[in-house]
Amino acid sequence: MSSLKPAGGPEIQLYESRKEVFPKAVDGFYRRLKWGIMAITLAIYYITPWIRWDRGPHAPDQAVLVDLANRRFYMFNIEIWPHEFYYVAGLLVMAGIGLFLVTSAVGRAWCGYACPQTVWTDLFQHVERFVDGDRNAQFRLKDAPWGPQKIFKRLSKWAIWLFIAFWTGGAWIMYFADAPTLTVDFWTGQAAMVAYATVGILTAITFIFGGFMREQVCVYMCPWPRIQTAMMDEKSLLVTYKDWRGEERGSVKKAKANPDIYGDCVDCNQCVAVCPTGIDIREGPQIGCITCALCIDACDKVMGQVGRPRGLIDYITADDAEAEAKGAETPPTWKTLLRPRTLVYFGVWAAIGLAMLFTLGNRTRLDIAVQHDRNPVYVQLAGGEIRNSYTAKIRNMESRPREVEIAISGLEGATLWAGGTARPDTQTKLTTKVAADSVAKVRLFVAGPREGGKQAYKMSVRGTDEDAVTDIEELFFERPGE
Amino acid sequence: MADNQRIDEPTGTQTVGHEWDGIEELDTPMPRWWLWTLYATIIWGIVYVILYPAWPMVNSATEGVLGWSSRGDLQQELDARDKELEPIRQALVAGDINTLYEKPELMQAAIEGGRSAFKVHCVQCHGTGADGIRPGSGYPNLNDDEWLWGGDLEAIEYTLVHGIRNPDHSETRFSQMPAFGRDGILSSAEISDLVSHIRVISGEEEQSASATRGAALYESNCAVCHGADGTGDRTQGAPNLTDAISLYGIGRTSLTNTITNSRYGVMPRWGHRLDPATVRMLAAYVHSLGGGEALPAATNADEAVAEEAAGDQAVGEGGKDVQS
Repeated sequence: MSSLKPAGGPEIQLYESRKEVFPKAVDGFYRRLKWGIMAITLAIYYITPWIRWDRGPHAPDQAVLVDLANRRFYMFNIEIWPHEFYYVAGLLVMAGIGLFLVTSAVGRAWCGYACPQTVWTDLFQHVERFVDGDRNAQFRLKDAPWGPQKIFKRLSKWAIWLFIAFWTGGAWIMYFADAPTLTVDFWTGQAAMVAYATVGILTAITFIFGGFMREQVCVYMCPWPRIQTAMMDEKSLLVTYKDWRGEERGSVKKAKANPDIYGDCVDCNQCVAVCPTGIDIREGPQIGCITCALCIDACDKVMGQVGRPRGLIDYITADDAEAEAKGAETPPTWKTLLRPRTLVYFGVWAAIGLAMLFTLGNRTRLDIAVQHDRNPVYVQLAGGEIRNSYTAKIRNMESRPREVEIAISGLEGATLWAGGTARPDTQTKLTTKVAADSVAKVRLFVAGPREGGKQAYKMSVRGTDEDAVTDIEELFFERPGE
Repeated sequence: MADNQRIDEPTGTQTVGHEWDGIEELDTPMPRWWLWTLYATIIWGIVYVILYPAWPMVNSATEGVLGWSSRGDLQQELDARDKELEPIRQALVAGDINTLYEKPELMQAAIEGGRSAFKVHCVQCHGTGADGIRPGSGYPNLNDDEWLWGGDLEAIEYTLVHGIRNPDHSETRFSQMPAFGRDGILSSAEISDLVSHIRVISGEEEQSASATRGAALYESNCAVCHGADGTGDRTQGAPNLTDAISLYGIGRTSLTNTITNSRYGVMPRWGHRLDPATVRMLAAYVHSLGGGEALPAATNADEAVAEEAAGDQAVGEGGKDVQS
């Protein structure tokens, strides 16, 4: 049942095998832009974990570190604790809105330039051209029978791919542990099993996705092209073949003979040859087009050679395309970028960013959370007073050990003391030590007069080296009756 | 219906052949590799069924050639944890219980271990919060600072090991108050006077003629165990009658009942049921609940506070604010 033959039609496969794409090398403005972005993104990815950042003796000195075991996230001078995970959520929201912004303004620029699938596929295709030669040589090699040369070329290509894929996986784990230590551990067989498994999985994914799946990931697997289709409107920049200028297609010779019939497109197929996803842009916008603009480079080069103006294929909005086809004036590109929709996206995006920066600057690095014992809520003491018991968690989020003072206020005649110590006569504050970057759990007892019913009061914490109280917890003193 | 298959003009794709109000469905071919992943999952499934427990049978399930089970996994984890805790248990019983103060980490481990053991062995009588279920229940509240037989680590451990009033055990904590009414030692009027006196010394009642008569009765009948001033005697488990805590309640009815019929609270001994380390953990836990005695004074905290108050006027004023 792998094929069926409708009456009178060609044989149609139930399952379609991938049509291989052999994109041709091309040079031009957008190709160079892609080179630049590839260099920057890959550099960020591979180098970031190796940047050192001095945080003193009590914290790791890696600039960017996701310390899952200790539940800390370090990013330069920002340290995020699990309870501050909303900053990460905020970053994700910003990333989401940033994609909306980019998509509504410049279409699928993420797909065409910055998406890891695109960047690694691009890199792998360069390797392919380096080993096998350009498009035509690759065709020939594909059809050639298996011989020593083909085996050698295939093995060397796969070896280089595998090498890149391995370093991709290898770099990933460096974000989760001290990079130099982990590197040594990794090669001496002392790293955690999960590190080897992660590298193995990511190596395989990179090798398969970059080497073999390629545009299939974008066309079949990725949800983003579908979402982007909904995000784009008639004012988003698209890679467009200007059919009103190009059609009818014909060679230079034919156009010379019949200038009235033929347009600028010389039907050289260069735009198809360079396309990394193997589509023909002249068929209009389609899901396979990641707007990498390499066809623009290819077409501009040909237009230059035949002495026609560049931009037969170009970035243009659907509105402008319509206007241009009618011969009307089109507004400058920056005007299409600055429209209410993009400005609103930018405003929301920037507001979230500024709000996060503001709260980051004002967050406390020493706080207290107090849990009242529920069973029993109060204890009758022999001397007649009532005692309430608490478990306090003091969070020292700085990378230095601190001595902190816990104080109670608003409870007449009350005494505060810590578990494991004898009860003092009167005391409303006590000091305790909290290790660097950690939470200290302290058992606290508060005793007060029997009369007065349930009463609200406060417990505060401050570093003994600072004047200001950094956190206040509102509590109730429970008593019998009522 | 399926005979309406045709090639769709714009896409060049075969249609399925169904048609609803002009809406047709394209039979777009799946990518071939997608099919491979389906085969891979089938193979994975077969391998999994062979290796791991999979098919439910009448009483259990097929076992799988690896012999893996989640129960076995849990047992392994429990064994590993026991092994991990063994050094702590050994360290706990190695020295005198009072040396725990010098080892805060060991003390903490003991308290946490005791917390678990308490939930298994002790909550039935003392309650989940160790508060004796309710005041006057006859089960002591272990959170407070009143102790019948002593509240330091050593005394609590002794009580745990030997129990209270275990008739078959010579070292058990033992005492027996006479049943003054039932045995005819005191008349009911005398008992009523005695009750008045006890309620006066515990601050429950105003002085009265009945209480004055009761004071004389107390002197001759009770002081030998409870002390002339009524503060009790821990060597024989005689409770302090002057404080705010009473095991069976301080109301007239309850007190009358106590003096008339006496009480005979029993706690089982745990020395022969639990290993010494667990007993020590329980002692540490009970001691940590807030009433534990013979604790070290809060050295660094007190000093730090004192230093600050003396050294910095501003902080001193701040301290006042805090208290007000």
